[in-house]
Amino acid sequence: MARFVARRLAAMIAVLFAISVITFMIFNVIPNGDPAYRLAGKSPTPDTLAAIRRTWGFDKPVPVQYLKTMQKVFTGDLISYTNNVDVVDEIVQDFPRTLSLAVGAGVMWMFFAVCLGLFTAVKAGRFADRFVTVLALIGISMPVFWVGAMMNYFLGFKAGIFPNGGYVPLTEDPLGWAYHLILPWTALSLLFIGVYSRVLRSNLLDTMSEDFVRTARAKGISERRILLRHVLRNSMIPIVTLWGLDFGAVVGGGAILTEVVFDLQGVGQYAAESIKSLDIPPVLAIVMFGAFFVVLMNTIVDIVYATLDPRIRVS
Amino acid sequence: MAVEPVVDVAVEDLAGAARTEGDEPVAGIAPSRLALRRLRRNKTALAFGALFLVVVAICLAAPLWANEVAHTDAYKNHLTDRIVVDGKPTDVVAPDGVPVGPTWQGRFFLGADEGGRDIAVRLLYGGRTSLMIGAGAALLTILLAIMLGTLAGYLGGWVDTIISRSLDVVWSFPVVLLGVALGTALALGGLQIGPIEIQGDSLLIPLLIIGLVNVVYMARPLRGQVLALREKEFVEAARAQGLGPLRIMFSEILPNLSSTIIVFFPLMVANAILLEAALSFLGAGVQAPQPSWGTMIGAGVEKIVTGPHQAIVPGAMLALTVLALNVFGDGVRDAFDPRAKVRR
Repeated sequence: MARFVARRLAAMIAVLFAISVITFMIFNVIPNGDPAYRLAGKSPTPDTLAAIRRTWGFDKPVPVQYLKTMQKVFTGDLISYTNNVDVVDEIVQDFPRTLSLAVGAGVMWMFFAVCLGLFTAVKAGRFADRFVTVLALIGISMPVFWVGAMMNYFLGFKAGIFPNGGYVPLTEDPLGWAYHLILPWTALSLLFIGVYSRVLRSNLLDTMSEDFVRTARAKGISERRILLRHVLRNSMIPIVTLWGLDFGAVVGGGAILTEVVFDLQGVGQYAAESIKSLDIPPVLAIVMFGAFFVVLMNTIVDIVYATLDPRIRVS
Repeated sequence: MAVEPVVDVAVEDLAGAARTEGDEPVAGIAPSRLALRRLRRNKTALAFGALFLVVVAICLAAPLWANEVAHTDAYKNHLTDRIVVDGKPTDVVAPDGVPVGPTWQGRFFLGADEGGRDIAVRLLYGGRTSLMIGAGAALLTILLAIMLGTLAGYLGGWVDTIISRSLDVVWSFPVVLLGVALGTALALGGLQIGPIEIQGDSLLIPLLIIGLVNVVYMARPLRGQVLALREKEFVEAARAQGLGPLRIMFSEILPNLSSTIIVFFPLMVANAILLEAALSFLGAGVQAPQPSWGTMIGAGVEKIVTGPHQAIVPGAMLALTVLALNVFGDGVRDAFDPRAKVRR
């Protein structure tokens, strides 16, 4: 096990390095023109441009530029030239909002996916199964920002049942926190509920034809107990793995669209606003941190998976 | 998949074929023909496939609608025009900035946006953009994925290591964020590859980005399949005949990937259309004022308070198109890969 973890961590560090190089290349090398111009925001002064060229090392070879960029990102010395804000501070400040959105949505989509997956697997082939499957397909066909905007407009703005966007910190007002987040959670969950319930349904149906299920039935165990104790438990492993990966992806940038629509002011919205004003330093930092988070979650999922299922470690 | 009887279609097909043949020697049926036969029986999938074709057709007919019915184009502002709705003269955009809603007549059939532009006309032209980017990106994804997957799977060794590790790295980026990063970087300076120069606001940029970021999702399964195919007897036979690796990849491996590729295509187009919308919504895809469903939803959401139809119309059109592709794609998958479908 220790060897597996060590190998996995080494691979993680290699991937992190590759990610940082790619992100650096995307913003500083690939596009033509003067990189200082792109970093400086919309209307730079000659002084800013000179300062950027000096501190980012654009007069030096590319490897030096890379090192300088990394140094800036990780020492918290990254400044947005559009409004002179420290980028890393801003990200740290916005992070709880993104996390609130992701955690709540994650719980929500897992819960409803398990319910729907069980329901459709038990009713497989009947009308209820087909109906829910069509609903799931509709769920994965709608863009999340459009669903969010519709909910926000009709349930929030028009009907006034829910607040019209915004965020209340959990520590200040837990009820208000949940109340403000119900619509974002729902909008973000729809897609995942559609995907997960379908994956779980097919896993459940696969497991139901396993020998141990027949044995359990032969022993006279009730159908309900077989379904929940034997079938569901064995079908959950792929779903839990998937959840770990998707949760990482949502925190690492997948929530960007939902945050914008509901005005949650999280990390994703910070990225979106920076894109609109063509303010590159925040986008660079968020893309890099986002990918880092995804890699970290993937590694954790792999290690947990290997702990649960010893067969993985050998390969 | 959704609305069809849960019976083992494959077995039924074979039995039916054997019966009709009677005493004649039983002829084999190509798997692709069996698949098409299964697809033909799936009426839901066919209906949604037809729906998608209808959407494509009406988007192709955009100039016809614009010139003959609406008498305007996708960019023209009718801020001060007045039209007759239900016998009453109405401002296209009222003095308080509220645009007219759907009139259900030739001009402003689906209403106007805040700039006094005809939404129906923009919807059709935007559909051309979105569908073009969706199909183009999906084609690019598939071509690249076939290349990378086949090379990595068949050659193995260091080629496989390099390709697979690179795919792992790309896999680690959240799709939307990677697309947005590339879109932002390229929208600023355009792209220059050797003699080819692409402007920052060109439609080719979102097409290339979406095509590239999706490659990993298809290259991985293809590689796995090639790994399995490589060990098959017919590949060994080809090698024994002295065929080179390129020839084997093209004429022995590639045809065996065709069903996977067919299954992936509609779902990839659906995915690409959704991603185009997301990138355009964030300002890193199609650049305004060019219409696409993504830019229209983006503008509509911003102005939703003045008239919700500005956001509802393009979003509903997009969702309908993607739904049609998803249902059809699901049917295609069930038809070409019956084992993927779970039966009882």
